[in-house]
Amino acid sequence: MIEVKELTKRFGQKLAVDGISFKVGKGEVLGFLGPNAAGKSTTMRMITGYLPPSSGTALVGGYDIVRNSLQARRRIGYLPENAPAYPDMTVIAFLDFIAEVRGFTGRERRARVSATIDKCFLNDVRHQQVSTLSKGYNQRVCFAQAILHDPEYLIMDEPTDGLDPNQKHEVRSMIRDMAKDKTIILSTHNLEEVDVVCTRVIIIASGKIVADKTPLELKALSEFHGTACFTVCNAEPEGVIAGMEGLHGVKDVLKVGEGEGRFTLRAIPSDPSAPVAEVIVRYCLDRGIRLENMRIEEGRLDEVFRQITRPDQRAV
Amino acid sequence: MKRELAGYFTSPVAYVFIVIFLLLCGFFTFSIGRFYETGQADLRAFFEWHPWLFLFLVPAVGMRLWADERRDGTIELILTLPVSVAELIFGKFLAAWLFLGSALVLTFPIVITVAYLGEPDFGAVITGYIGSFLMAGAYLSVGCMTSSLTRSQVISFILTVVICLFFLLAGWPPVTGFFTGWAPAWLVSIVEGFSFMHHFADMERGVLDLRDLVYYLSVMGFMLMANGVILQSRRAS
Repeated sequence: MIEVKELTKRFGQKLAVDGISFKVGKGEVLGFLGPNAAGKSTTMRMITGYLPPSSGTALVGGYDIVRNSLQARRRIGYLPENAPAYPDMTVIAFLDFIAEVRGFTGRERRARVSATIDKCFLNDVRHQQVSTLSKGYNQRVCFAQAILHDPEYLIMDEPTDGLDPNQKHEVRSMIRDMAKDKTIILSTHNLEEVDVVCTRVIIIASGKIVADKTPLELKALSEFHGTACFTVCNAEPEGVIAGMEGLHGVKDVLKVGEGEGRFTLRAIPSDPSAPVAEVIVRYCLDRGIRLENMRIEEGRLDEVFRQITRPDQRAV
Repeated sequence: MKRELAGYFTSPVAYVFIVIFLLLCGFFTFSIGRFYETGQADLRAFFEWHPWLFLFLVPAVGMRLWADERRDGTIELILTLPVSVAELIFGKFLAAWLFLGSALVLTFPIVITVAYLGEPDFGAVITGYIGSFLMAGAYLSVGCMTSSLTRSQVISFILTVVICLFFLLAGWPPVTGFFTGWAPAWLVSIVEGFSFMHHFADMERGVLDLRDLVYYLSVMGFMLMANGVILQSRRAS
């Protein structure tokens, strides 16, 4: 359990993190979202003990990060932003060094290092210098460093930043695999990632928490949540729109696209939790309108993100 | 820390450093120090140049210690590992100091040469080496401190050279002469007391005085403490 209490960080006059509190338990993957300079990295740096908080504190597994910093750090694996690693060391020497500092000796150390190398697919580059590695490998080396001691708490600042889609996929599946018996906090700009790996999302803007929800709950805030998007091909859109707007449960129908004799329409239900699919399908069947496809939207995270973090609209 | 020590010996910089150090040692001792011409079987000519050699070589060793960590971002890594800042500072310092020590050890051929040519006072040779090693440590501690101030190795290097030069010159006769004209005697001796040179001179002659030992150790202690304070305060802001 990581328990963050009124964590605050001031840089001179500027308030970077403003009294953030939350709790994360085992099995959760908490995603930190927020615009650049919102305070995500600063918060993580305070939890990992790199930056001392101006006020407030956090408990990691019951250990206070200010008073019991070393105990807390022992339990954390941390992947800093931009994945730093010593450029003049080889991959294996670097991991061996980390293992040594983490207090592993002899056979156990060798076993841990080689197990971690396998786990992170670093076998091909184990004797290569870190400075010669590609961005993807570099990221994995630093990731390996973070999970080497099998920490209970894993904190990652933009773990998939700069990776190609395949590598992103690999890292995400590793995170998901580990999520069962760990507490994970990660920050990201990638909204798709939140959807794939996170069980909970905290959105931070200007150093404050503006939303703390599951990805599904967040999407439900979207104005597209529950809308039906469908394509018809042998009817005039004006007629369909006029006809459907009178149907029960349909609030509004909009034309969102057209091309090659097809029209894409969006039906907005009067109540997002009451599905409109059936009504639309029946309407089309009754009138011989060919319905090419239809999907019900869950809502779009990017749109919710913009809506929440816009400076003038902070009420969620 | 072990990493640093291993790092020194795997990087070509280390070998370049050692080779240059040995070449310069030889050059100063034999050509400028007139080793043969003095007709004495001792290592005065050898040790005499160490303060000046160290002035440029030691900052080059110290400059990367913290500046590199800051530049590569690895400082975030080591400061979040379960090790205290004091351990890190001592680890880095000791590794670099041992490295300098090993460079010093590699000057042994000159001892053999002297022993072959005559009957040197081995006591003086040993205290000379101890003094030289301690002085290298004092220079290095200044290097550690300036290195933690900046992410640029060049700035760290220049700062260290300037600070060490100050320490060196404080005991140089022209400088003390400048003070003796008008300043009270106690001020002169304080200024002189700050000098690396002043404390090195005794050991060079074969006298191992506790005061000199305490002086060097306290310079190191002070600089490393300053190093710690700088690290903590730069972290906080």
